[in-house]
Amino acid sequence: MILSELQLALPEIFVATMACVVLVADLFVTEQRRGFTHTLAVLALVFAAIITLRVMMPVGESLLAFSETFVRDRFGDVLKLFAYLVLAGVFVYAKHFLRAAGLFRGEFYSLSLFALLGVMIMVSAASMLTLYLGLELLALSSYALVALNRDSASGSEAAMKYFILGSLASGILLYGISLIYGATGSIQLGQISDALAAGMSDNLMLSFGLAFMVVGIAFKLGAVPFHMWLPDVYQGAPAAVTLLISSLPKLGYLALAIRLLADGMGNMHDDWQAMLAVLAALSLILGNVVAIAQTNIKRMLAYSTISHVGFVLLGILAASPAGYSAAMFYTIVYSMMSAGAFAVIILLSGNGVEAENLDDFKGLAKRSPWYALMMLMIMFSLAGIPVFVGFFAKWQVIAAAIQSGFVGLSVLAVVTAVIGAFYYLRVVKLMYFDEPDNAAPVTAPIDFRAVLSVNGLAMLGLGVFSGGLIGVCVRAFA
Amino acid sequence: MLTLAHFLTFGAILFSIGVAGIFLNRKNIIILLMSIELLLLAVNMNFVAFSRFLDSMDGQVFVFFILTVAAAEAAIGLAILVVLFRNRQTINVEDIEELKG
Repeated sequence: MILSELQLALPEIFVATMACVVLVADLFVTEQRRGFTHTLAVLALVFAAIITLRVMMPVGESLLAFSETFVRDRFGDVLKLFAYLVLAGVFVYAKHFLRAAGLFRGEFYSLSLFALLGVMIMVSAASMLTLYLGLELLALSSYALVALNRDSASGSEAAMKYFILGSLASGILLYGISLIYGATGSIQLGQISDALAAGMSDNLMLSFGLAFMVVGIAFKLGAVPFHMWLPDVYQGAPAAVTLLISSLPKLGYLALAIRLLADGMGNMHDDWQAMLAVLAALSLILGNVVAIAQTNIKRMLAYSTISHVGFVLLGILAASPAGYSAAMFYTIVYSMMSAGAFAVIILLSGNGVEAENLDDFKGLAKRSPWYALMMLMIMFSLAGIPVFVGFFAKWQVIAAAIQSGFVGLSVLAVVTAVIGAFYYLRVVKLMYFDEPDNAAPVTAPIDFRAVLSVNGLAMLGLGVFSGGLIGVCVRAFA
Repeated sequence: MLTLAHFLTFGAILFSIGVAGIFLNRKNIIILLMSIELLLLAVNMNFVAFSRFLDSMDGQVFVFFILTVAAAEAAIGLAILVVLFRNRQTINVEDIEELKG
C-alpha cells in the first residue's frame, strides 16, 4: 500500500534527492569544472521527465495518496513535464550569463531544483497543507535566488522587497485558509468541495476566507493592485534569476489558483468570479499602459507579465473546463515566451554588464540577423500577432470567457492587447530600423544558440500546429 | 467562558497589528520581520481555536508546519537583511528606495 503511494510521488522524490545531490556534489568540484554541476542538474531534469512519463495518468483519472494530501492526475503530469522543459532551457541560458557575471556557483542549481520541487508539490497538492508547503518551498528558494549576487545593492534590495511582500502574501493566503478550514472543517480540497456542496457552512466566514485567499493568490501572481513588488524584483535581480522567476513559478501559481478555486471552492464560483474580474481588468489596463513608459526592458517585461496575468485570470474566471485549459495553455506558452525574451537580454549582456536598456537592442538586425529574427518571433508572439502561438493562447482564453458570458471583459482584453502591441513592436523597430551604437558581433556558446533557436522557432511552430498543445491542455481537464 | 468568537477576535487583532506594522512602519526593517512573524502567529491562533472547537486534528498539524516554515522564513529574511546591510550600511526603510516600485 505505502509502496504504491511512494511510486506515485516518485518524480518529487527523485527531484528532491537530486537537489541534495547537486548541493553536495558541487562542494567537490573545482572552479574550472563547474560545468559538471550544470550537466548533473540538466540530467536530473531529463530523468525526472522520463520517470514522470513512465507512469503518466490516463486522461480523466486521478489517484490520491498520503492520506489524501497528494494527487496524481493528467493536469499535474502535463504541467510537471513543461516545468522540467522550461527549467532545462533556463539552465542552458543562465550558464552563459552566470559565467560572465562571476556568479557561476552550485547554489543556483540546487536552489532552482528546490524551486522546481516546490512547483511540483503545488501542482500535485490535494490539500491546503501540501499547497502551502509547496508554495513556501518555491518562495523561499526564489528569495535566496534574487539575492544571488551578494555584492549588488539593487539585488539585495529587490530580494528584501520580494521577501517582505511575498511573506505578507503567504500570511494573507494562510489567514484565508484558516477561515475556510473553520467554516468547512477540513483542509482536504475534495472534502471542502463536498462540504460546500452540502451547504452546511457559515457563509460570512467563507466569504471572508475566500476574499483573503484570492488576495493571496493575486499577490503571488502579481495581479494589479497587488503587483508593486514585481517590476522592482525583475529589475533588481540578476538577469539569469529574472529569467527563472518570470517563467517557472507561473506554472506553480496557475496550479495554486486552479487547485484552490476550481477544485476546492468550485461551488462558490459566483463569488470569486467577480473578484477575479476586477483583478483581471485592472491588470490588463495598468500592465499594458505602464509598460509603454518604460525604458528599461526588464521593467517593461515585468509590466508585460502583469498584463499577461490578466489574461490568465480571464481564463480562470470563465470557471469552465474550457477556461481552465485555456489558462493552462496560456501559462505554458507564456513561460516559454518569457524565457526566450530574457534569453535575448542575456545574449546581449557581456562582461557582467546587463543589456537592460531598450537602446541596447538598437540595430541588432545588423549585428546578428538570426538572433534579431528570434527576438522578432518572440515579440510577435507576446503581442499576439496571428500565426504565432501567443495569438492562439489569447484566442482560446477570450473564447472561453465569452462562452461564460464575460463579453465586456473580453472586449477590454482585446483593446488592451492592441495597446500592448505598441511596446513589443517598438523593440522590433529598434532592432531593424535603428543604427547600432556598438557594432560588435554577438557571440554565444553553441548550446545557447541551439536552445534559443528552438525556442524562437517554437513560437512559430507551436502557432502553426497549435492544435496539438491545445489538445493536451483540453484533455488535462477532461 | 471563552468561546470561539473570542479566539477569532484575538487572531484578527493580531493579524491587523501585523499588517499595520508592515504598511505604517517607516523606520526599521527588523520591525517588518517581526510583523510578518505576527501574521503567522495570528493564523496559528485561528487554526488552534478551530481545531479545538471543531474537534479535528488537522488544524494542529497545520500549526506545526507553519511554525517550521516560519523558522526557515526568518532565517532567510535575516540572511537577506545581512546582505543588504553590508551593501548599504543601513536598514532604514526610507533609505531603501533605489528601485522605484
